[in-house]
Amino acid sequence: MTYLAKPKIHHPGLPRNALGYTRRDYEGTVSTLCAGCGHDSISAAIIQAFFELDVPPHRVAKLSGIGCSSKTPTYFLGNSHGFNSVHGRMPSVLTGAALANRDLIYLGVSGDGDSASIGIGQFAHVMRRGVNMVYIVENNGVYGLTKGQFSATADKGSKSKRGAVNSDEPIDLAVLALTLGATFVARGFSGDKAQLVPLIKAAVAHRGAAFIDVVSPCVAFNNHHGSTKSYDYVREHNEAVNFLDFISPRDEITTEYAPGDVRNVVLHDGGSIRLRKVGEHYDPADRAAALGYLEARREAGEVVTGLLYLHADTADMHDALDTVTTPLNALGDADLVPGQAALAKVNASLR
Amino acid sequence: MRSDVSSNARVNDFVVKFANVNGSGSASANGLFARSILRMGVPVAARNIFPSNIQGLPTWYEVRVVGDGWRGRRGGVDLMVAMNPQTWDQDVAEIDPGGWLFYDSTRPQPPSRFREDVSLLGLPLTAICNAAYTDARQRQLFKNIIYLGALSALLDIAPEEIDQLFGEQYKGKEALLDSNRKAFAMGREHALQAFDCPLPIRVARSNGVGERIFIDGNSAAALGSVYGGATVAAWYPITPSSSLAEAFQTYCRKFRTDPVTKRKRYAIIQAEDELASIGMVIGAAWNGARAFTTTSGPGVSLMQEFLGLAYFAEIPVVLFDVQRGSPSTGMPTRTQQADLLSCAYASHGDTKHVLLLPEDPTEAFAFGAQAFDLADRLQTPVFVMLDLDIGMQDWLTAPFAWNDAHAMDRGKVMTAAELDAGRDFGRYLDAEGDGIAYRTYPGTHATLGSYFTRGTTKDRYARYTEEGPAYVDNMQRLLRKFETAKSLVPAPVLTKASKPTRNGVIYFGSTGAAMDESLAALELDGIHLDRLRLRAFPFADAVADFIAAHDRVFVVEQNRDAQMKSLIVNECGIDPSRLISVLHYDGTPVTARFITREIAEKARLFNVTPLRRSGAA
Repeated sequence: MTYLAKPKIHHPGLPRNALGYTRRDYEGTVSTLCAGCGHDSISAAIIQAFFELDVPPHRVAKLSGIGCSSKTPTYFLGNSHGFNSVHGRMPSVLTGAALANRDLIYLGVSGDGDSASIGIGQFAHVMRRGVNMVYIVENNGVYGLTKGQFSATADKGSKSKRGAVNSDEPIDLAVLALTLGATFVARGFSGDKAQLVPLIKAAVAHRGAAFIDVVSPCVAFNNHHGSTKSYDYVREHNEAVNFLDFISPRDEITTEYAPGDVRNVVLHDGGSIRLRKVGEHYDPADRAAALGYLEARREAGEVVTGLLYLHADTADMHDALDTVTTPLNALGDADLVPGQAALAKVNASLR
Repeated sequence: MRSDVSSNARVNDFVVKFANVNGSGSASANGLFARSILRMGVPVAARNIFPSNIQGLPTWYEVRVVGDGWRGRRGGVDLMVAMNPQTWDQDVAEIDPGGWLFYDSTRPQPPSRFREDVSLLGLPLTAICNAAYTDARQRQLFKNIIYLGALSALLDIAPEEIDQLFGEQYKGKEALLDSNRKAFAMGREHALQAFDCPLPIRVARSNGVGERIFIDGNSAAALGSVYGGATVAAWYPITPSSSLAEAFQTYCRKFRTDPVTKRKRYAIIQAEDELASIGMVIGAAWNGARAFTTTSGPGVSLMQEFLGLAYFAEIPVVLFDVQRGSPSTGMPTRTQQADLLSCAYASHGDTKHVLLLPEDPTEAFAFGAQAFDLADRLQTPVFVMLDLDIGMQDWLTAPFAWNDAHAMDRGKVMTAAELDAGRDFGRYLDAEGDGIAYRTYPGTHATLGSYFTRGTTKDRYARYTEEGPAYVDNMQRLLRKFETAKSLVPAPVLTKASKPTRNGVIYFGSTGAAMDESLAALELDGIHLDRLRLRAFPFADAVADFIAAHDRVFVVEQNRDAQMKSLIVNECGIDPSRLISVLHYDGTPVTARFITREIAEKARLFNVTPLRRSGAA
């Protein structure tokens, strides 16, 4: 029912961000997902993050594949161009879009079926290439839109709503992204907006491939006893390794932290991430250690959340390609077409 | 063994075929051979016949020296340069009676391995090399240059032209230049001493080449893409299309490097597969860059789902399909025109796509550039249908031309100023009746003109809907757009026979090379055919008009199933019995001899048909 127009009524008292936009300017059409769907909480977190970041909504391009999660880009950033592509292939379309115009912010939204099964190849390669983007997987462990089949992120031994037991090993997309070279890897929980909003803000500010795996329970097909992606299970087993504040370049720093508890990471746009440690030994700059920790906690049945890995000062795809700073889609005839005189020389060299 | 049986005396009219082992360095020497003849002003038609392999398998290079300027293969061989023991028997068998066999006579061979009706030109190449060089690789490489020297004497090729080519090729590499010159002179001297030079087949300077250039179609299409303003290329390696993407990179380095910053005004991505490459092209084109991919039949198969999205979401994609032997993996290094239907109707559901059909590298350049204007204007995928024969062979072809007054046609793109001025923006709204709606680039305006692109059905304002009338409205508009395309794509080329005739022939693409010569031969036999060379799909009305104006029309194509005939029958509502197929699909480029024979036979059959009918009654 997304074609139903949502009335845009701006209450005069709504808070405005630095650009003069209200939160409503970052919303989309009314969600048609099930009541209580975790994905709606993620959409709300995206709206909140972009509002707080003072990003002009039309400077974001939002792209998705196919599935419940991939429907969500209509529910946020209504003034952004969106592209609902084909199943599992959002990463390539996003890569192409990013090649054409390096000045927009690219937000890819996908699901566990879209990214871990049919699209795992493109998922892998978009991370390898260091595309400057935020890639969010709304991970519920099932195919919701086709009514509850297991996805490739479902834990071994977890039960479907009909009682079938999953016998296949799960794919941990955060671990995969880590090994494939993503430079910002995080995991959130749709039920913890306080954790998720700063993660999204930091991912947007990060230059390079930023991946957030958001566990997002499916209330219709995967929220029962025996599921490891239910609200109850994730609340009981959520182990946050850190808490994060994103501080934009304009923000005044007001909070005081005791030294030693906080790590400050400056990002390329001048903003910074303040990480408050929870786990004693967790170091998100140490990729190998992060992998070991994630594996150990997974075996213990825990869901590790927070900023799992960050390599802040990296080259992205455009740096690697050494493209001009002007977006390629803004180059004109004079920049691109060599002309008849040059062609005459080519002809002469071919005789 | 006789050495004087030849009577095939012809100046600037003969075929030389080199039989080599791939990876032996012969390609460079064979290329020099062809170019030296061109430098003498004598046209050549050259074909590389090679396996899907890097080293050790047979490969052939055929050079037709053709003073008359015909572009196709003739068929037959006058002089075989037999350098591959593996294929000796078939190479010797292929020589026309009265022809010549040039070979390495170091190892004696029994008379049974030769032919009585072929003159022998044996030089102990291995022995000469072993005496002159100690290094094994040098022995191999310079053997090629030594036979080039010998052929220059046998065929009367001016040594100064080859010397000039050496100079250009090894500019700044004096040691290599010197050693190549020595090897060449050695071969020439040996031949002058051993044989009665030149042979009755020989090269004589002429001015038959004129302004024409010698280049392969993949390079030409790549250069066309540079001139067409392409900035994003995403591709996956596949024979015979890979050299197009690589040539694009080479030309971009030359023409698209920012003179001040030295940074790139282009982006080339070698994708993980063809699905990703077409996906990237779609993303880039959606976002306002001119983008293309290059592939062959198997890649087109993998791209089917995305091509349907590009059609339905109306994304200006350019796809170069360098067709090869098929189906499946088929014959990767052989040529065919067998992807017509899989491209014209690519993807599930009701889809139709624009195809451009260049006939040679000159048109590969022109259509390669034009494809980007057409894609932007029509907001739909445009396929440039090359084949291996055009793409990977060097052709003697008309020079490239460019009109500096031409500006890129970005099609209907609504700007921020137009949105501010209150223009109604409906992404799928046919405001001008040509079936083409306006689009906006992402990021254009803070509050106006954004829309959601999707593969699902939508209304004129890009809002999701599954309402039947809205769906039909949109599908009908896409048909109107396809109708508009008819008048924008390159028109077919009509050439009248020298005498009025009720017979015609339709052909397209690389077949044109052999067709000119075949029709000239048929005219000599009294068979006159008006001809229509197709250059694009959808078909202009001129195609149906041409068929209506003739009693019978031959359709010559390089596939088994008469795909172009099917397309014509289907799209123009033609009675299939009006069209007579001439089909060549063994993977080699069609020859003039083949077309002439097929049409002559079929014309005879059709001429006697009425008599048979009356006899049976």
